[in-house]
Amino acid sequence: MSMLKMKSSTLRFLAQTIVLLFWSAMGVWASEPKDSSPHGTNIFAPASTPAKAIADLSVFVLVITGIIFAVVFALLVYSVVKFRGRAVDAGREPAQVYGSTQIELAWTIVPTLIVVVLFLATARVIHAIEDAPEPAGAVEVTVIGHQYWWEFRYPGLGIVTANELHIPVSDPSHPTPTFLQLLSADTDHSFWVPELAGKTDLIPNHPNRMWMEPQRTGVFLGQCAQYCGIQHAKMLIRISVDGPEEFASWVRAQKRPALEVASATAGRRVFESNACMNCHAVGGTQADGRFGPDLSHLMSRATIAAGAAENTHDNLRLWIQNPSAIKPGSLMPAMKLSDADLDAVVTYMETLH
Amino acid sequence: MASLIIAESAIFTIFVVAYLFYLGKSVTGPTPREVLETPIFYTICLLSSSLTIHLAAKSLERDYTRLFLAFWLLTIAQGGSFLYGTAMEWHRLVYERGLTISSNLFGTTYYSLVGLHAFHVTAGLIMLSLVAIFGFMGRVEVSQSGRVAVLSMYWHFVDAIWVVVFTVVYVLGR
Amino acid sequence: MSSNVITVPVGQTEARPWVDEFHQWLTTVDHKRLGILYIVSALLFLAVGGVEALIIRIQLMHSHNNFVSPQVFNQMFTMHGTTMIFFVAMPILFGFANYLVPLMIGARDMAFPRLNAFSFWLSFLGGLLLYFSFFGGSGLYGAGSAPDGGWWSYAPLGARAFSPGHSSDYWTLALLVSGFGSIGTAINIIATILCLRCPGMKLSRMPLLVWMNLVMAGMVLLAITPLSAAQIMLLIDRYLGGHFFDTQAGGSAVLWMHFFWIFGHPEVYVLIIPCFAFMSEIIPVFARKPIFGYPVMVAATVCIAFVSMSVWAHHMFTIGMNSYANSFFTLTTMAVGIPTGIKIFNWIGTIWGGRIQFKTPMLFSIGFLFQFLIAGLTGIMMAASPFDWQLSLSYFVVAHFHYVIVGGILFSLFAAFYYWYPKMTGRMLSERLGKWHFWLFLIGFHLTFDVMHIPGILGMPRRIYTYEPGRGWDTLNLIISIGAFIQAIAILVFVANLIISYFKGARAGNDPWDAWTLEWSISSPPPAYNFATVPTVASRRPLWDLKHPEDPDSRYE
Repeated sequence: MSMLKMKSSTLRFLAQTIVLLFWSAMGVWASEPKDSSPHGTNIFAPASTPAKAIADLSVFVLVITGIIFAVVFALLVYSVVKFRGRAVDAGREPAQVYGSTQIELAWTIVPTLIVVVLFLATARVIHAIEDAPEPAGAVEVTVIGHQYWWEFRYPGLGIVTANELHIPVSDPSHPTPTFLQLLSADTDHSFWVPELAGKTDLIPNHPNRMWMEPQRTGVFLGQCAQYCGIQHAKMLIRISVDGPEEFASWVRAQKRPALEVASATAGRRVFESNACMNCHAVGGTQADGRFGPDLSHLMSRATIAAGAAENTHDNLRLWIQNPSAIKPGSLMPAMKLSDADLDAVVTYMETLH
Repeated sequence: MASLIIAESAIFTIFVVAYLFYLGKSVTGPTPREVLETPIFYTICLLSSSLTIHLAAKSLERDYTRLFLAFWLLTIAQGGSFLYGTAMEWHRLVYERGLTISSNLFGTTYYSLVGLHAFHVTAGLIMLSLVAIFGFMGRVEVSQSGRVAVLSMYWHFVDAIWVVVFTVVYVLGR
Repeated sequence: MSSNVITVPVGQTEARPWVDEFHQWLTTVDHKRLGILYIVSALLFLAVGGVEALIIRIQLMHSHNNFVSPQVFNQMFTMHGTTMIFFVAMPILFGFANYLVPLMIGARDMAFPRLNAFSFWLSFLGGLLLYFSFFGGSGLYGAGSAPDGGWWSYAPLGARAFSPGHSSDYWTLALLVSGFGSIGTAINIIATILCLRCPGMKLSRMPLLVWMNLVMAGMVLLAITPLSAAQIMLLIDRYLGGHFFDTQAGGSAVLWMHFFWIFGHPEVYVLIIPCFAFMSEIIPVFARKPIFGYPVMVAATVCIAFVSMSVWAHHMFTIGMNSYANSFFTLTTMAVGIPTGIKIFNWIGTIWGGRIQFKTPMLFSIGFLFQFLIAGLTGIMMAASPFDWQLSLSYFVVAHFHYVIVGGILFSLFAAFYYWYPKMTGRMLSERLGKWHFWLFLIGFHLTFDVMHIPGILGMPRRIYTYEPGRGWDTLNLIISIGAFIQAIAILVFVANLIISYFKGARAGNDPWDAWTLEWSISSPPPAYNFATVPTVASRRPLWDLKHPEDPDSRYE
């Protein structure tokens, strides 16, 4: 009988240790930066100042909670193993101890001190991120969340685009962070690109502000984090952090009105005579709808439908023909175009570089 | 009853918080200052009904059942006139001033808060009327005074809530 | 003296036709039967909620899966959360409270037996109403019928514009109705504990389970009501054209969040405090020592109740509050960890120097201690608001709260089942099946919820019906789903144990565990009137005093 009891508690000890080791291993594996392009979405692979401040604080918190865990876990395992009942003790009760004021004081005061330390460390970072002043060289972007896509407007640069953001990399000696104003056209959303910043919500009638200061170029991924309806899962974000020349040339290309290409005239006529232009805008034409994404430079984007599909000819055609085939519940209706009209419109879209 | 009062107080607190938070935030429509008239008379009715119900409960404890019934009926009358006053006020607001629950934020929060209170007054009056009926049938006597005391606690609570609502809506809100 | 003794009429135990028995159960006002009704109905909803969880896990097994449509998936996570919190956790804890509190204080029933029955049926009706939505409602644009706005139904998603049809209303009404039932039960528990304790049972002599249910009931009064108020406001918005949460008219979506979480955070303490109660009764018995630091345990519980009313906005760290608000809620959230931690230390202090018996209730209790520790620590991580700006709304949070609810609450509930089932039915649950249940569930639980922290760290948000490949989430989600199925099997073992043992379990007798509180002084199951003679107590462990007259607790208190 006592063998069974010992086996049970030792088994538990082993099980819990294995769990602990497994978890640690996963943690280590998870925190290795993924070598791929675009970058991953690992909060411990920060590439921007606020994300780095968060990651540093997080490691500090993890270390402290890890120590607490180790101590309490050790106490728990020790007590479970050492004080297991043995057959020889059957019928005798152990000493009935009711409590101890000194011990209670000790394990009240120590946690209180830990909380004070943690709080002070945290308050510094809260202030550093939330109350950061906006330097002169900052790029300003207004983000408007929609069901289920992102509208990006650069008020200082006169640019409007959607779903894929371009921002300049920031040089520490001459910082050019990007400050985002977050608004919503309908319900709550949340802007989350883990390697560049913590998330901040977009709430109607409640403007928010966040900033990023990327230190590396590359493509960074993210997505909406606040449940906003059926296609919340497919409201992806793609941020391209560009070097100064690439950013400047991207800005120039975006500021141009939409290209006019002869082969696209038929498609453009279909576009403007159907309801497309009620929702979509194409710079330099009469289409100025704001309900859907701005399409002036659609071909400069790698994906369509807020990342739901790659920007290829077939996907584009399928999307316009029947959005629900790619993103069921999307607010874009199927326009029921004839095949000829559909092909014409796609041709037109493909000229919008 | 004390527990019920605690719970109900929490509900009213939330409505009061919403009312205060939304003061001045209406995008359109009539403002409190433009349309509200302070209901002094009906407030006096309601608050004095606390006195009469207290006297009724005390009378029953001392076995003066007829006096108890008299004060009890007076309480019901006072409560009833308060409701009548609220109804008149609302009629004026809706038909003369165009303030409805859907006209703007102020309308929503005003009717919700005052309405929630009026609902509790109504529920109280129904319970008081039931006791009055039992009283007329001769069923209410000294041994019931504990239950009557519990009911009068509820009534005092309703009056206390009105003090808060009155202050928030008619004093602070303008 | 004569009013304390009941003469039992002879011949009371003939078999009755099943219709009579059924009618007895439907119309009962006996706290023990109502307790069992609460527990059984909660187990039924647990099965349904569990199936919803399995559907979620199958869909998320790999990226771009299409086991269910997005509409169905969104209904699944909404219904899973709503069911588990309101129709499993709350009823089952009310059920145990109903059964045990009068017995532990030496009373014959709750203070208001008919209110008790009314509250149960309100709660049950709420559950049925929620599930009727599958037939009756219609949801988000283009979507199906059950509520699909998440269990918080954030504004403006819950408004008419974004949730046409009635699915949102089923959510609102079901919770409003069962909320009133909860308030009724809370009033009953408070009145019972304050007014019906047996002679000699001062407040400082009550079992900790009774203390903690008293605190829980007080919190219910103050926590459920804000939700009820907010839901009334939502109904006014949806049906009377109100503008409480109408952002176009100046209303505030953030106000809904505040009201919801002023309910939501104390609610989770309402759920965990009765589980602390179970642990505080079970661990001493199987460690063969009294609870370490009884007065501190009471004080810590009351402290938790108060402080937990001030932490709610840690669910809102990402909504853009200013740095002072964020700092305040960081501080209070970290502070509430102190009394909670003290309790863990006190349980370890109880085990320390004891003679532990590793029966099934104790296995689950030890699991609880280990897991609640981890859950509390991940909570501290998220209390640091900048850390939370990354972890919030991701699978890290989902892992954290399932660690508390499954690893903490459910484990302690399993312990309570194995401990008090003999009292309720007169039969012991099988230790063999119990150990199978424990180990299977432990493995499945850790496989799922340990691993679940990692996709959160890797950027996976919650409430998504599918995800992109190449983010590193695929394998992790597969492991999580496998663990879910292992847990399901363990639950089946548990249910089998409950049923088989009812017919074949060893007879329990009054006091199978050699315990010390009043419920073990009467037969298993207890008679309808509980105590033939109302007991008088002189200490916190009246049965210890009876069994150890040479060294009674009353000497030390």
